[in-house]
Amino acid sequence: MAELATARHRSSASSASRRLIGRWVAETATAWSLAGPAVALMWLLLLGPAAAVVLLSFTDWSFGQPTMSWIGLGNFREMVADQLFRTSFLNTLVYVAFTMPLSVLLGLGAALLIESGTSGRGFYRTVFFLPVTATLLPMAFVFQFAYFHPTVGIINQTLSAFGLPTRDWLRDPDTALLALGVIGIWQSVGLNMVLFLAGLKGIPKDLYDAAALDGADGAWERFRRVTWPMLGPATLFVLTVTAIKSFQVFDTVIALTQGGPGNATNVLLFQMYQEGFSFLRSAYASALTCVFLLFVLVLTLLQVVLVDRKTHYG
Amino acid sequence: MRTSIAAALFRHLILATGAVLMVLPFVLMVSISLKTEGEIYHPQFSLLPTSPDGIENYVAAFAMQPLWRYLLNGVLVCVGIFLAQALFALPCAYALAKLRWPGRNLTMAFVLLGLLIPPQVPAVPVYIMLWKFGLLDSYAALILPSAISVFGIFLMRQFFRTVPDDLISAARMDGLSEVAIVWRIMLPTAIPGLIAFGILSVVGHWNDFFWPLIAIQTPELATPALGVMFFVTAEAGTNFGRLMAAATVVNAPLVIAFLIAQRWFIDGLTMSSMK
Repeated sequence: MAELATARHRSSASSASRRLIGRWVAETATAWSLAGPAVALMWLLLLGPAAAVVLLSFTDWSFGQPTMSWIGLGNFREMVADQLFRTSFLNTLVYVAFTMPLSVLLGLGAALLIESGTSGRGFYRTVFFLPVTATLLPMAFVFQFAYFHPTVGIINQTLSAFGLPTRDWLRDPDTALLALGVIGIWQSVGLNMVLFLAGLKGIPKDLYDAAALDGADGAWERFRRVTWPMLGPATLFVLTVTAIKSFQVFDTVIALTQGGPGNATNVLLFQMYQEGFSFLRSAYASALTCVFLLFVLVLTLLQVVLVDRKTHYG
Repeated sequence: MRTSIAAALFRHLILATGAVLMVLPFVLMVSISLKTEGEIYHPQFSLLPTSPDGIENYVAAFAMQPLWRYLLNGVLVCVGIFLAQALFALPCAYALAKLRWPGRNLTMAFVLLGLLIPPQVPAVPVYIMLWKFGLLDSYAALILPSAISVFGIFLMRQFFRTVPDDLISAARMDGLSEVAIVWRIMLPTAIPGLIAFGILSVVGHWNDFFWPLIAIQTPELATPALGVMFFVTAEAGTNFGRLMAAATVVNAPLVIAFLIAQRWFIDGLTMSSMK
């Protein structure tokens, strides 16, 4: 009798576990059939190629060549000795150092001013955001002609109206990169403004009341004691996003300067484009891509680490 | 009271100056596009054209280059890319958000890794791949490389996680297949997210210049941003009136759409940096 009961019990247990296993197999099969195509494409078009870029950077392959050989760090050694790479790398850093602080500060200023009153909020937000939706390439030509043109451009017309010396902004090696930076700032301020507006919305109102009780009721005191510390993580985030975007400067270079005059606007992605798709030196272009990727990764990690620290102790 | 009025005036003064600086390029673009060659280079600048002849620039721009074709290409490429992204991302996002399966955490880790990679990084290998399959210089070359968006997967997963499990269990009881659950139960809950993602995707690819420049040789396949380049290289000494007319035409669809649906645009475009 007891034996029978255990047997029955065992069989029902095993059928239950069989049912469980069956469900597990079914759910796994369903999940993979749903996620599989996306996972395959992700490897084919993004992760695989990113890994391939790293591998290619250790070879000497040129596009269309029948053979390729492993040359270790050869491309990177060439890069260090390459005067053009040093120039383009430095230009990229100068471009970022010029556009990032201005774009972030102007975005912050716009957000603070918009939030400080009630009238016209929606209007200003819309207008400041408009350039974010613009197609940069045609807009670059607008700047080239309407702003930087040596005779009919607004800038030189204004300068000569005041009797000041004029320049050919885009053909002068001292100003060409900064002129491109102005276009970059114009396009990115609106996005930073919106990100800061979101950050400002997240600051609890009673913090200002508490600060007022402590005697901080001037606009500057309120900003220094409440707004700025509370905006810390948002600011780091905006800085990172803007730096990464600035690192990718490309369209305006192709449109207006082609890297010139005399490589004054040759930037990292422009050099990568030329090596990879004009000179077809795929391996060297891959090595340049690796440098670009490394910078973006370092910036992102830096932001994650800093935000982490801020939120722990702040 | 007086100081607050002064402060309000100061606020509007600064913001209005900024606003003028932001819209001025658009205003100048349209202004130049409506001027004749003579007016454009006239030493005395005027915002409004003095004669209606400048409208010729638009006629000439459409006659000089297949501008309609560029716009159509832009629409085809943007729609194609978005449909592919949604088709692949939504089922994957559902599996990541609501199903338990071996490989889920690893897949999620790879999605997060993918978020770190800027779009220019895969360019060289993807170019080689398209060349191997003879797909360069085609619509496929424009659409395929963007067919998957890890950001789309990530975003949709966030939306799907908020859907109650009971809803899914009930749908299963009713005999719905998992595929039907994705499209008939999950998708409707994530429409706002999908619209925002759609705007991000469409704006990004309409404005993209890097990839079309690499992938396309035939002018007839150019997207709007690439097409504008042909107004510069087509002849020595660019005709800026026509170039500005083309620039206006290329910018108009998104700018108008933005003005109609600002909220959606701002949400969609700021999300890209939230990843």
